[in-house]
Amino acid sequence: MSATTAGLPARHPESQSESYLGDEHSLGSWLFTRDHKRIAILFFASITFFFFIGGAAAALIRLHLVNPYGTLLQPEVYNRMFTMHGIVMVWFFLIPSIPATLGNFLIPLMIGARDLAFPRLNLFSWYLFTLSGFIALYFIFIGGDDTGWTFYEPYSSNFANGHVIAAAVAVFINGFSTIATALNFVVTTHKLRAPGMTWFRLPLFVWAIYATSIVMLLATPVLAMTLALVGIERLWGVGIFNPALGGDPILFQHMFWFYSHPAVYIMVLPAMGVVSELVACFARRPVFGYRGMCYALISIAVIGFFVWGHHMFTAGISLTSAVVFSLMSFIVAVPSAIKVFNWTATLHNARISFDAPMLYALGFVGLFTIGGLTGLVLATLSADIHLQDTYFVVAHFHFIMVGGTVSAYFGGLHYWWSKITGRHYPEMWGRYAAILMFVGFNLTFFPQFILGYLGMPRRYYTYAPDLQTWNVLSSAGASILAAAYLLPLGYLTWSLFFGKRARANPWGATGLEWRTSSPPPAHNFPHTPTVTERPYRYDPRDGSFTTQDGAHFAEPAGLGLGLGAADV
Amino acid sequence: MMHHWLPFWPRNAALSASVIDTINIGEFALVLLILCFVYGMMLVFCVKYRRGSAVPRHETGQKSWVWEIGWTSGTLAAFLVLFVLGAKAYLFLYKPPSRPDLELYVVGKQWMWKVQHPGGQREIDAVHIPVGRLVKIILASQDVIHSFYIPAFRLKHDVVPGQFETFWFEADRTGTYSLECSEFCGVQHAHMIGSVIVMSVADYARWLANQGATESLAQQGFALARRYGCTGCHSASSTVHAPSFDGLYGSVVHLADGRTMAADERYIRDCILIPSTQRVAGYPPVMPSFEGQLSEDDLVRMLAYIKSLSEGRSP
Amino acid sequence: MFSGRLEAQYSDSRQQSETAQLGMWVFIATEVLFFGALVFSYFIYRFTYPEQFALAGHDSFILLGSVNQAILITSSLTMVLATRAAKADQQRALVLLLSATVALGLAFLGVKGYEYAKDVAAHSVPVIDYVFKPGYRRPTEIFWCFYFVATGLHALHLTIGIVLVALLAVRAAQGAFSPSYDAPLEVVGLYWSFVDTVWFFLFACIYPLGRAG
Repeated sequence: MSATTAGLPARHPESQSESYLGDEHSLGSWLFTRDHKRIAILFFASITFFFFIGGAAAALIRLHLVNPYGTLLQPEVYNRMFTMHGIVMVWFFLIPSIPATLGNFLIPLMIGARDLAFPRLNLFSWYLFTLSGFIALYFIFIGGDDTGWTFYEPYSSNFANGHVIAAAVAVFINGFSTIATALNFVVTTHKLRAPGMTWFRLPLFVWAIYATSIVMLLATPVLAMTLALVGIERLWGVGIFNPALGGDPILFQHMFWFYSHPAVYIMVLPAMGVVSELVACFARRPVFGYRGMCYALISIAVIGFFVWGHHMFTAGISLTSAVVFSLMSFIVAVPSAIKVFNWTATLHNARISFDAPMLYALGFVGLFTIGGLTGLVLATLSADIHLQDTYFVVAHFHFIMVGGTVSAYFGGLHYWWSKITGRHYPEMWGRYAAILMFVGFNLTFFPQFILGYLGMPRRYYTYAPDLQTWNVLSSAGASILAAAYLLPLGYLTWSLFFGKRARANPWGATGLEWRTSSPPPAHNFPHTPTVTERPYRYDPRDGSFTTQDGAHFAEPAGLGLGLGAADV
Repeated sequence: MMHHWLPFWPRNAALSASVIDTINIGEFALVLLILCFVYGMMLVFCVKYRRGSAVPRHETGQKSWVWEIGWTSGTLAAFLVLFVLGAKAYLFLYKPPSRPDLELYVVGKQWMWKVQHPGGQREIDAVHIPVGRLVKIILASQDVIHSFYIPAFRLKHDVVPGQFETFWFEADRTGTYSLECSEFCGVQHAHMIGSVIVMSVADYARWLANQGATESLAQQGFALARRYGCTGCHSASSTVHAPSFDGLYGSVVHLADGRTMAADERYIRDCILIPSTQRVAGYPPVMPSFEGQLSEDDLVRMLAYIKSLSEGRSP
Repeated sequence: MFSGRLEAQYSDSRQQSETAQLGMWVFIATEVLFFGALVFSYFIYRFTYPEQFALAGHDSFILLGSVNQAILITSSLTMVLATRAAKADQQRALVLLLSATVALGLAFLGVKGYEYAKDVAAHSVPVIDYVFKPGYRRPTEIFWCFYFVATGLHALHLTIGIVLVALLAVRAAQGAFSPSYDAPLEVVGLYWSFVDTVWFFLFACIYPLGRAG
């Protein structure tokens, strides 16, 4: 049963202007806002900042690795650099990226609600994130640490010279930000759907955020406890994971990976949701197998809790448990494969335009497929013996997290940019950036598969000279990738001041978020919509579409040219 | 790295490398096939169904279950085949051998590998082994987790402090191959590098003889056993009723709490360090713990000694 | 706070109330995983070192633990009765029962503080002030580490609960709650029951060890 928000007054008395951006401009109106849209922008600012911090670390690493005997970074600094890169990118960029920015902005709009269930909790989540961010910056400023983002014991408690406690505290608090956001999304999806918005009429983006939130809620507390125990061990020398004091370092790995494997699904599920939205709109047809996609999302979320041991195949776990974890890892790949097939099938009998968001979405499908397939290689027990802890693994997870999630994040940003800001980005620049990103990404990370097979281990500041060619190629790619990330920073900022103003539904999309102005008013909808249609009612024969509240329109004239001339 | 028939294929110097290479080549072929299929379909559809094309489109039907069940089953079947092949090979590669030709002891510490041969020969950051012989390695760490990785053999095993790990390999080509640490272990992790030198059997025997080793590992272990008083209880003439070392390694032990365990390397180590967790049935629970008193090198010597009293047995 | 004002995203107060309760259930789920991770690692070590854990557990003060168990169960009762009183519009009973809950919670903390003092006197504080009695080794310290972390976290959660219930009591005295508006009581009551339940598990982990047979 959907809990309805029907019957709300036509215009909320507190809001005077047409846009959530226009009501108030003071700093206080932003820092003490309860509007999910403004909170999304706050998160957007924070994570963009951290993206470039983590990216700077990556740039330094790749620059250093151009030379096998590189002297750009001292060994100690190099080790702290990759640790900082991992911690910042995972917890301060990737995990919040799509949920806390796009999710926060869009979930209430997509389900026809006025706000999330707990707006103050939403703001508190950003406060927690900011606090953890300050601690992370402090941690970096005082020199960071060198345990890697994985904090393996007993190195992290007993041997590391860096500021492990600061890192653990930053991540611990960050975790509570994640939990608060996820709690909000789950409760909102259950209780605040507009009349007629049944579960199987929800856009796949909402399903994806919901699945992600379930994982966040159940996995993050385990990380919190694990890091707390590491901190206690480091501070007071109790033997929880330290074998010299009677502890078990493998127990740490089990507890850490019990969170960290679901964490990678936290990072990829929202991206899958974004891609479904984009592909449907730009192929002008419903996503193939909508219910299968829903079940796939939930399956990935659930099964993802039972595969953590595949990070420990060479750690000395029992052969039986290794076999079980390998089997589960193969099983969890099946729903992901289904999603790739379904996106591909959505391109059949379609009417495809290649605007920038679509280019990012197609890039996601291509790169995620490579990443996922190489994941199968790693899930294969004997293959993993050779490849574990080598650059093959590094390449694998970057294909998914960067080639996948970051591509989808950029795609979503471009797609919903007009809705969020009320302005259009320059379309051709968007396409150039998307293509540049795809090229730069492949050049950066594909050679790393080869490096891994050749036996170059991870976290090495120096390497055998005959591996230099591949490292140079990778670093060259990284410079192209950097340009591809800086381009949007430039033209998206430009668009805020000079971009063409957007109408409500420039892409001609079916979701409820497109049924209100760009940008939306403070309380989202003048009247609460009533949902009568399933999502993605696009007709590929002529590109016409029916929005979820039942209005039918012709295809926008400018689609494909990215000019969005729809007048809805 | 030398070249295989592929321009940049890494060297293959062991049976395990051939096994793993075969599986990997098969997997990469499958990966390529699936990629071609997916990319191909995407490309074809993107061209055929682009907005400007005049290809007729029909109404989008809802009957997708046939396709979905089809490719789900197909994917699941293919994955299960990969899983089974991989698991079988893993069980073969990771199960400790029952009859190794040679047992080496490796202690990893920040940031070097200390290798000991049974005859007492020692080396640092180098492992000399005979070709074509089944070599079992017992790994111990003195400090943090390391990982003993020989790319040319396609093998690695983590070296975890607080426990013995074992694995095995059989080199089938002479030569010098790199040995690397592949678990981050501190500042000089990238320099915890050594060589695996595979020699002919005769050359290996000559090398052993030239090392100037006077005492075998087992003999060193026996000296330790006397020094720490182990033989005081565990010998036939002792007044204290304690399990004998003779034939212990490789036997099945019945514990006081009802469990049975194989007396392998881990069992013996835990007996020495945390005996209270492994009380043997029928013996008084009086064995003290030697935790903190024995270094990893000492434990390795004791292990060699106890194993020498069970010639030919294995767990 | 606790004014019952209908927020813009809700269509009626029943929806707002149900949503708040769902939110608390979801939060409790995350806490189960949080404490669960701790209890899980406790059990790993308990089964690895059963004798040592039994030795250490025997040194815990079961009488004090049991008294606290009784206090907390009673406080759950008073909390539930308070919620019932609100539904029956018994304002005086409501305020009294909420105050009783606060008092019982504070009593728990008092007993716990006394117990900590006795633990310190017995030199059972890991690393800081720990004496290895004859036959005791490192695993006993792991037991006490678990004891302090678990009971400490529990006490923190209980303190937050006491503050919340105290706030409710103040608002109740101002007549804020009625049969038509009792959502905060339900939600805080849920939280209070959760804190009580955690104590059940901690009690079972800590006190009966080493005393059977």
